[in-house]
Amino acid sequence: MSSALDDARTGFSDIWPAMLAAAPFALLFGALAAGKGLSPLEVFLMSALVFAGGAQFAAVELWATPAPVAALIFSTLLINARHVLMGTSLVPKLDGFAPWQKWLGLAYMADENWALAEKRARTQPLTPGYWFGMIVPFVGCWLMMTTLGAVVGPALGDPRRFGADFAFTAIFIALTAAFWKGRVTAWTVAASGIASALTYRLAGPPWHVLAGALCGLAAAWLSAGSDAVVATEEAA
Amino acid sequence: MALDTLNLLAILGMAVVTYATRVAGLALAGRFDLSPRAQAAFDAIPPAVLIAVIAPSALATGWPETAAAAVTALAATRLPFLAVVAVGVIAVVGLRAVV
Repeated sequence: MSSALDDARTGFSDIWPAMLAAAPFALLFGALAAGKGLSPLEVFLMSALVFAGGAQFAAVELWATPAPVAALIFSTLLINARHVLMGTSLVPKLDGFAPWQKWLGLAYMADENWALAEKRARTQPLTPGYWFGMIVPFVGCWLMMTTLGAVVGPALGDPRRFGADFAFTAIFIALTAAFWKGRVTAWTVAASGIASALTYRLAGPPWHVLAGALCGLAAAWLSAGSDAVVATEEAA
Repeated sequence: MALDTLNLLAILGMAVVTYATRVAGLALAGRFDLSPRAQAAFDAIPPAVLIAVIAPSALATGWPETAAAAVTALAATRLPFLAVVAVGVIAVVGLRAVV
């Protein structure tokens, strides 16, 4: 016997540690976005409509005036392509959801709440109460903290003084470690890094993103070839 | 509250492609069977793109940035997320001061 409210409470108690962990990350995102000339309203809209941490950081790193629209959309698409696989795995577990709850709920599927939902689905059916109990506070916190970061960011002065211009590099290295799956990732990182740095020198931005990403994927494909079964087991 | 047209266009474009990746599972669930090799390439997309975005600032800016990136990578093997970022930022400030 579990009411929707009980399920929502369980969802909240499962998500809050991830919510707290994302809060400083959100503040930093807002401050860096403001440093690139984005207004608090633009930061709020991006967080509300895109809501994807890694892709948002990548976009702000690439951001310039005027905005390189095609490069921003392309890098966002690539970074979020993993959502296709996450959704394919999650959708069969959403039988208790009305169609509108699926279309709305999936708009806020992120790594953290996806992982928690997959874990919960192993022991009991996923309910809309549980899902929305997770995503409503999680999204609310992300919106509030990123916007706050954009408001207070400019007051901090020249970001280079605090090494904040290097924060992206450090964040992306840390994110890459979170996605680490052994030997295949090592080849991916080496190929992507070298191809991107060379292309940046020879052809300039934004081509380095495309060249690096494609070389990284090719390296993953090639290095997974000889023992693909092992690579899949590592991934699972 | 400034809202630049080109910025708004970029944000809307990012939102559309992201939403498409999130709801694609509604159409694909049950009929998607990747080979292990394709699965490995798919899994490699986030690190490949993340590294492609930062490689110029890590490898083609100057030696303090490159050395700080190496320190950060080392920290990433053992520390939690925010500690890794802190180590990287402190390292670059320190190394730039030495130059």
